[in-house]
Amino acid sequence: MSSPELLDIARSVAATAREGEQVEAYVVRTRETDVEVFDGAVESLTTASVEGIGIRVIAGQRQGLAWAGSLAPDVIDESLKEARDNAGFGEPDEWYGLASPAEVDGFEAPALDLWREELASVPTEEKVRIALELERATKAADPRIRNVESASYGDALSESALANSLGVESNTRRTTCSASAVALADDGSGTQSGYGFVAGRTLSDLDLDSIPRDAAIRACRLLGAKPVPGRRIAVILDPLVTRSVLGILSTAFNGESMLKGRSLFAGRSGEKVAAPFVQLIDDPTDARALGASQYDGDGIPTRRNALIVDGVMQGFLHNVYTGRRSGEGTTASATRGLGSTPGVGVRALRLEPGPRTPEAIMSRAGEALYVQSVSGLHSGTNPISGDFSVGADGLMVRDGVFAEPVREITIASTLQRMLLDITDIGSDLTFLPGAVAGMTVLIGEMTMSGA
Amino acid sequence: MTAPLIESDVLQATLDHALSLGGDFAEVFVEDRRSSNGRFDDGRIEELVSGRDRGAGLRVVRGDTTGFAHTADLSRAGLLQAAEAAAGAARGGNSGTNTVALHAAATHPIENDIVLPETVEKRRKVELLARADEAARATASAVTSVTASYADARRRILVANSDGLLADDDRVRTRMSVQVVATGDTGMQTGYEAPGRTMGFELFDTFAPEEVGRRAARRALTLLEAVPAPSGRLPVVLKRGAGGVLFHEACGHGLEADHILKDASVFKGQMGTQVASPLVTLVDDGGYAREWGTLAIDDEGHPAQRNVLIEDGILTDFMWDVVRARKEGRAPSGNGRRESYRHLPMPRMTNTFVLEGESDPDDIIRGVDFGIYAVQLGGGQVDPATGDFVFGITEAYLIEKGEVTRPIRAAQLIGNGPEVLRMVDAVGNDFETWTGMCGKQGQSVPVSSGQPTVLVREMTVGGTAA
Repeated sequence: MSSPELLDIARSVAATAREGEQVEAYVVRTRETDVEVFDGAVESLTTASVEGIGIRVIAGQRQGLAWAGSLAPDVIDESLKEARDNAGFGEPDEWYGLASPAEVDGFEAPALDLWREELASVPTEEKVRIALELERATKAADPRIRNVESASYGDALSESALANSLGVESNTRRTTCSASAVALADDGSGTQSGYGFVAGRTLSDLDLDSIPRDAAIRACRLLGAKPVPGRRIAVILDPLVTRSVLGILSTAFNGESMLKGRSLFAGRSGEKVAAPFVQLIDDPTDARALGASQYDGDGIPTRRNALIVDGVMQGFLHNVYTGRRSGEGTTASATRGLGSTPGVGVRALRLEPGPRTPEAIMSRAGEALYVQSVSGLHSGTNPISGDFSVGADGLMVRDGVFAEPVREITIASTLQRMLLDITDIGSDLTFLPGAVAGMTVLIGEMTMSGA
Repeated sequence: MTAPLIESDVLQATLDHALSLGGDFAEVFVEDRRSSNGRFDDGRIEELVSGRDRGAGLRVVRGDTTGFAHTADLSRAGLLQAAEAAAGAARGGNSGTNTVALHAAATHPIENDIVLPETVEKRRKVELLARADEAARATASAVTSVTASYADARRRILVANSDGLLADDDRVRTRMSVQVVATGDTGMQTGYEAPGRTMGFELFDTFAPEEVGRRAARRALTLLEAVPAPSGRLPVVLKRGAGGVLFHEACGHGLEADHILKDASVFKGQMGTQVASPLVTLVDDGGYAREWGTLAIDDEGHPAQRNVLIEDGILTDFMWDVVRARKEGRAPSGNGRRESYRHLPMPRMTNTFVLEGESDPDDIIRGVDFGIYAVQLGGGQVDPATGDFVFGITEAYLIEKGEVTRPIRAAQLIGNGPEVLRMVDAVGNDFETWTGMCGKQGQSVPVSSGQPTVLVREMTVGGTAA
């Protein structure tokens, strides 16, 4: 089946809207394959087609929602009935309403080709071969690799359609694939793990050779790692770590958080919130980003939104609801799952890359801690208060090169402080799975706790 | 008596078909899940959602390879097609294995005193949230934002496999969560409280919504007065209940058989040896009455049971699912769990407890000259291969000269599992549980953990204070 059928389903549900009622249907279908190998054999091979529908009904300024993991007609009917019933228990809100043609007018959906037909015809044997080869190559990448904890390949062909009774419609489809391996290294000093992964829209996008190399380097360079005494120190964030930190920070730009008094940056538009050379952008129209999309979760064409320009906070991201309620208008930043009303979020967040390579940043950093990975990001960081404290491992940097490895330490600051303390942004912009891209970033000072 | 999700002759035919294509073991897992959730925000109901999810996961195991397919189509044709896909994935020869005729179903109907969520008017669910919201707001004027959420789910499952196993379960879970933001001179702080149990609407007889709201509010208000957390290695006292997640991370994950068989756990090869202080006895008990991680059967049809993992500090067992237990020629331990029919089961914790010791909790605190008293933790993470773990503290205080004094701001604690287990210097004679969601390889399942008040001699506290 193809998207037009999904759109037909969405239209048929939207068309049931009664007098004084708005109805929206969001329909998704994903075909996916996942291969996990271990010890030279396929450990598991999953093939599946997942579909579902989310239905939103607004009547008398009250809103209700229902969802189902099935497109069977009886299940859709039941969901529509439940959504209507749920709306009856809602409270009126003058800003409720589905996206209207007026909100779409003047915005052309970006021309993005996110679908690679050839991925659909890759035989399963080829996917299995990739995963097996990945495991073999990872094991062979360094004599200190004692085991490969996991090696996997996965892909997904995803389609979605949205239609509402006001006449707004959208249709998207995308392909994605990824591969990864986790290496366990041991030289007698204890085990360290390291991973490598790549992602793209089709097989030819994947630099598979980089996975064993990255996994081996990341595991082996931590061998012998120990806690070091705590102190205040400059911190270099690996691109993957930068990605995670920006992901947490992004909620501070959420228009819903702002309206509800839960944003760090409420009332700070136009103020300096970051170092003067910092540019933070959410650009879902950039096809290089794996989160790129032509439409948002309300069915509105996406656009490029600048969040920080020259260190100055520009404003908040909005969906239709928060855009109306704040008076600032939607920024086409509605995110959408089947089971909830549209939220607000980034799709393709990134810092504007700086002029220097990671090596150049290291050589200018003096003594620093290079953070290879962090843990407990969601338990130790509070995007509302800004408190930031995470577990970390990585390497000390001295004279521009890696020195001894460290583990079982924490790094702490606040998100507000970290933005102002950004000292350098690398040129190594790396598009990663999810909604945020990474690059090397130098933070002038954080508190390291250790031995 | 409700009708079975799938008639047993269809299950039998599906299993036969799967094995006829080659395989040593086949399984059908059927699920029908209805859920409802609501969110009260900004002083009014913001979202009321109903969900329905039903389908089947088909698994065929041949040697070390598992083929898996799932479908939302529960017709005979849909199941046979999924069986073919799963068998094709496991692929190859040996089409000689036969299905054992399915036994009479082991059924686990819902107990009579459970108040089924579908029998409760939606209006009453909304009212609960309003009560929690009002109580939280009334706590102090510094409370600037309250989000109260309600969620219930009724999950009927049916498992049949080629060994003849046939079992079903009907699970009801209910949870409320309240997040409060308080604003003061030092900025915003948050407080969170989220009780949940494997039960129905009677949850609120035990956990009054007003009290849930007030507890979250008090937590946020306390943090407004908090000083920056210290930085460095300090003694840590974990209040009863709060620290269960420490043991969940510090050793629980490392005792799951998949990590052991992949040689990716620090506890591999340690069976029968002293891995923890003799004060520590750790059990995983899926049968513990109505806790958040409680099950009648696991998601592979095996009865939940109480497994002693560490006894007086000595490692006694791991946690097993069917595939790993078959490999080792032993019985599974009732720990095979999956998020939904779309996921493969793997060894998971259920309710993981450190058993009571003999120390008076007040004496434990009095014995600390300078340290941390952790009252609520915000979840954690571990690398089972290295044993390094972290968890966040969301309500904690300084202990100064044996007294609990000033609250401290959120911070991370970090340690190494085997090291921390050996540094448990006291275990209290009190006990409480904690409700959470455990994530592993992209699958989230409800778990609880529990413990008495515990003293860990030394852990690294990741604060910002010098």
